[in-house]
Amino acid sequence: MTRFIVGRLAWTLAVVVAITILTFLIFFAAPGVDPAHQLAGRGATPAAVATIKHDFGLDRSLPVRYALMMKHLVIDRDLTSYSQGRVKVLPQLVDAAPVTFSLVLGATLLWLVAGVLIGVLAASGRRLLDPLLMGAGLIAISIPTFLLGDLLNLITQDRLHGFFLFSWIPPLGYVPFAQSPWGWFSHLVVPWITLSVAYVGIYSRVLRSKLQEVSEADFVRTARAKGLSPRRILVAHTLRNSLLTLVSIFGLDFAGLVAGGALVTEVVFGLPGIGALTFHAFQDLDLPVIMATVIYGAIFVVLANTAVDILYAWLDPRTRSSGFDPAT
Amino acid sequence: MSATAPPLLEVEDLTIEVRGADGTALPIVRGVSFTVADGEVLGIVGESGSGKTMTLLALLGLLPPRVRVRGAVRFRGRDLLTLSEPELRKLRGAEIAVVFQDPMSSLNPVQRVGDQVAEQLRAHRGLDRGAAATRAVELLERVGIPNAASRARSYPHELSGGMRQRVMIAAALSCEPALLLADEPTTALDVTIQAEILALLRELADQLGAAVVLISHDLGVISEMASQIAVMYAGDVVEQGASAAVFANPQHPYTWGLLGSIPLLEGWPPKPLHAIPGQPPTVAARPSGCPFRIRCAHAFEACTERPELLGRVAADHRDRCHLEPAAKAAARQAAPLDAGAAS
Repeated sequence: MTRFIVGRLAWTLAVVVAITILTFLIFFAAPGVDPAHQLAGRGATPAAVATIKHDFGLDRSLPVRYALMMKHLVIDRDLTSYSQGRVKVLPQLVDAAPVTFSLVLGATLLWLVAGVLIGVLAASGRRLLDPLLMGAGLIAISIPTFLLGDLLNLITQDRLHGFFLFSWIPPLGYVPFAQSPWGWFSHLVVPWITLSVAYVGIYSRVLRSKLQEVSEADFVRTARAKGLSPRRILVAHTLRNSLLTLVSIFGLDFAGLVAGGALVTEVVFGLPGIGALTFHAFQDLDLPVIMATVIYGAIFVVLANTAVDILYAWLDPRTRSSGFDPAT
Repeated sequence: MSATAPPLLEVEDLTIEVRGADGTALPIVRGVSFTVADGEVLGIVGESGSGKTMTLLALLGLLPPRVRVRGAVRFRGRDLLTLSEPELRKLRGAEIAVVFQDPMSSLNPVQRVGDQVAEQLRAHRGLDRGAAATRAVELLERVGIPNAASRARSYPHELSGGMRQRVMIAAALSCEPALLLADEPTTALDVTIQAEILALLRELADQLGAAVVLISHDLGVISEMASQIAVMYAGDVVEQGASAAVFANPQHPYTWGLLGSIPLLEGWPPKPLHAIPGQPPTVAARPSGCPFRIRCAHAFEACTERPELLGRVAADHRDRCHLEPAAKAAARQAAPLDAGAAS
């Protein structure tokens, strides 16, 4: 297992380096693009463009330029956004990351619990419950986040804010956990629900079909022939084998959201997270910020994939021992 | 046992039906009856699709709910078909245990094999985690798994096929059942392992005094273990009796065919093997009358009527064949479906 983890981490590092090279090439070596003007942003002065040309070594060879960019990004950490008057990029990312993490972690917890519960309930085969839950799941998947978010905002912030159920919900925005745990929680409840609704639909549907598939497996028949209780069969045999599917899609979903995929939710609820940062950077064509968020996002997706692989190996012993010689 | 005690297992007129695409009932198994006494071994033999496994699953109420089961399955006098699911659960694994065909797919791939033996003990014997684990290791030792204590921590994919089937047997016998159902327990294994597993099954069943219902398509396997035989074809029992009687004087042409398809190792050059021509019919395409008549060299007009299962040669040796018992020896000679007649 240790060997597996070490090997996997080395691979991850290689992929991360490859990603930075690729990103660099897209932004600095794409034909027909003048990176100095792009970096400087809209309406930049000639002086600013000249500074950028020097800072990034844009008159020098590609490898040197790559090294200089990585130096700005990783070593000096002074990659600067010029469009809003020389603001450093990395502190912006560092400020935005906890917001996104708070949003995604809460939503994740919500959709995993609800998705598993609803999936199990639907697969348990009640005659009407199953199509009802799966229909609701389909609707949940189909609702666009911006619509659901604005709708919930309309209800909880405006129309029914006086109603006792919603009166405790504060105005849009974000409060750090360290500053006020209750403020953190109350600001995030509606965003959590908004973000998780579609995933609850997806996860419950995936889990239900997997549960039904696994419940036909021979080893479930064995478990029944052993006289085990239905609960034991579900938890130790059917569910345990079905959850493997969720783990693999979960890794990608989680990483995608943390990397900026929660953009719509963040913008709708005025949460200053990675997604919102990327969104505003695109509006301003603020290239350094876009570049930094792209690299951050890519790195996070790769790391999450590694975590999933390790988790998967732990959950499914068969993937762990590839190359292991089965003793007789 | 006193004369009034009911037999261990008494299956009476068991019929299993599924609904066809057009809603009509298709019988998979038709009117199967047999009795298994304490400690006795019954062999059920037949080709794939003859209804052997369905019969076995029906005994434990393990068929899907859309399948209809009629008749009676009396275990120590209680009709299992009328029991509720919780009542059945108390019997399954404790009084009646199963060894399935493919130990790879029949074991949970993500659970350690020791735990798969232990969970049954915990369910029926109320053992705590530690006691069940200790007992599981003892059982794994008993079925001949070397280094049982460390092997108990293995996952199924880390064991060989024979070892996996030993794990299945250890789990099945963990609660010392009175009846063991074995569904093709050696079919998925290497030939060299098959004999070992059969010997192990026989030895452990003897020690526990457990009765065995052994299902196989292999008459060789059946002949080694069973004292009673039921031959199934397309959902019917076509011949049934003490194995000595059935092997010495087979009455149904299908049984002749099965006997003829066993390779014999005596003599040189080896005698040619005989295959039964054609395929067994599917449930939907089963012909009226005797289901074997379309493959049978001896079919005549009467065979369009389904024959009764009657003791034509002896009261306890029954068959479903319209041929006159006296004419059978000549018929078997004339149309050689088995190696003995071919020589």
